[in-house]
Amino acid sequence: MANRDLTTRRRLPAFPFKGLLKGLWLTLKTLFTRPVTVNYPVEKETPVPRARGVIALDPEACTVCMLCARECPDWCIYIEGHKEEQPPAKEGGRVRTRATLDRFDIDYALCMYCGICVEVCPFDALFWSPDYEYSEFGISEMLHDKERLTYWLSTVPDPPALESK
Amino acid sequence: MNFWLLLIIKVALVLGVMLPGALVIIFGELKISAHMQSRIGPYFAGGRFGWAQPLADGLKFMQKEDLVPAAADDKVYKLAPYVVLMGTLAMFVVIPFGPDMVARDLDLGIFYLLAVASLSTLGVLMAGWSSANKYSLIGGLRAAAQLIAYELPLVLAVIGVAIQAGSLSLNDIVTAQSEWTWFGLEATWINGFISPYMILQSVGLVIFLVASLAELSRIPFDMPIAESELTMGYLTEYSGLRFTMFFLGEYVGMVSMAAVAATLFLGGYWFPFVGDDALNFLGPVILLSKVMLIAFVFIWLRWTFPRLREDQLQTIAWKWLIPAGLANIVLTGFFKVVF
Repeated sequence: MANRDLTTRRRLPAFPFKGLLKGLWLTLKTLFTRPVTVNYPVEKETPVPRARGVIALDPEACTVCMLCARECPDWCIYIEGHKEEQPPAKEGGRVRTRATLDRFDIDYALCMYCGICVEVCPFDALFWSPDYEYSEFGISEMLHDKERLTYWLSTVPDPPALESK
Repeated sequence: MNFWLLLIIKVALVLGVMLPGALVIIFGELKISAHMQSRIGPYFAGGRFGWAQPLADGLKFMQKEDLVPAAADDKVYKLAPYVVLMGTLAMFVVIPFGPDMVARDLDLGIFYLLAVASLSTLGVLMAGWSSANKYSLIGGLRAAAQLIAYELPLVLAVIGVAIQAGSLSLNDIVTAQSEWTWFGLEATWINGFISPYMILQSVGLVIFLVASLAELSRIPFDMPIAESELTMGYLTEYSGLRFTMFFLGEYVGMVSMAAVAATLFLGGYWFPFVGDDALNFLGPVILLSKVMLIAFVFIWLRWTFPRLREDQLQTIAWKWLIPAGLANIVLTGFFKVVF
């Protein structure tokens, strides 16, 4: 029934212009409903907590392991560091070395917000922040240095509570 | 009073009412289309609700360079936008705003109206031909084909009204609408609740509205412009002030077509239970509110329906509207003679 003669025979609609009137009714209805858009600079949308706005860095946790920079598909993470010798913990002990972070830049002009760096970080030094208002006039300004990335840490929401068993 | 002084006053009044009217419709189109698409639309220009957006747009257009293509036919190219605008503005000569408020009440008012309305077609064709651009040329030719096809139903729809009113003068037609008679049969019990031609000539009204949409080349009949196929049709090469003139011409055309439809079918300046003395003051307000109502319908249709195909366009004109218009004339004439 459904497929029969659809190409050869044109069936008259039960009510002429029904489709046209339906369309008109829809637009008229939409005219009197609240717009779904937000008037951005005046009103702001609240992003969901897990929104991928910007990546924040906790420099204390970073061990300069370079995993994030190596895994980054866009190669937009620049890391430099050096080893510092630390005095032995006990008298006569061995001198320890500790990796120190000198530079940690993310170029948001290149970043595609895949989040692989956040996932791959073994020391929880990278976090997603829902903050999104960091547009700039120059493309070079999109390179966020260590201080700026550390500042984003303050916008990271607290992790959700553990699910109870 | 001095003839020339009177003339200048009339021209100034028509321009002073129609150009702001067109701006209001442009603003209405921006806002209504936005809300029909669940958007907000202009918001910042002018402080509140973006009311100054049409003015801002106009100022922006005027700042642009007025380009003339090297191969264009100079004089025709430069004249075309003004022909379009004049064709639409000249229609207001015969449209009555009140019992005594008409620039010139011609006996052949409708005839003049339809003749002048097709003048803007000429402007479109001029623009398409003189631009030396294939898109423009095809757009102009499409406009010509479309406007010829829809001129006919437009005229046929008007003839029904003319037969029933028994006059070609717009003032007489409005007067005829204020008297509720079913072709001579008195029906005073319902007198004056609604303009009779809205019901008696409803077929004509629908034909007239569809045909005037096509005359204005508005969506769903905007094949002459059809951005996706023809860039901007006959407007492709225009910029700056001349583009503004075309743009304004489109919306002034909307005002004038809506004014004609309101005068012929919705009773023009007449309103139930308003006396003749009051109509001389309230007439323009009543007519303009009817114009805005029809303009809203135009905008509503535009933002609801997609563009028709060229053959569908011709089918609607020749297979549906013209036979319906002819049948309407026959029926109207029959009732006019019988009663």
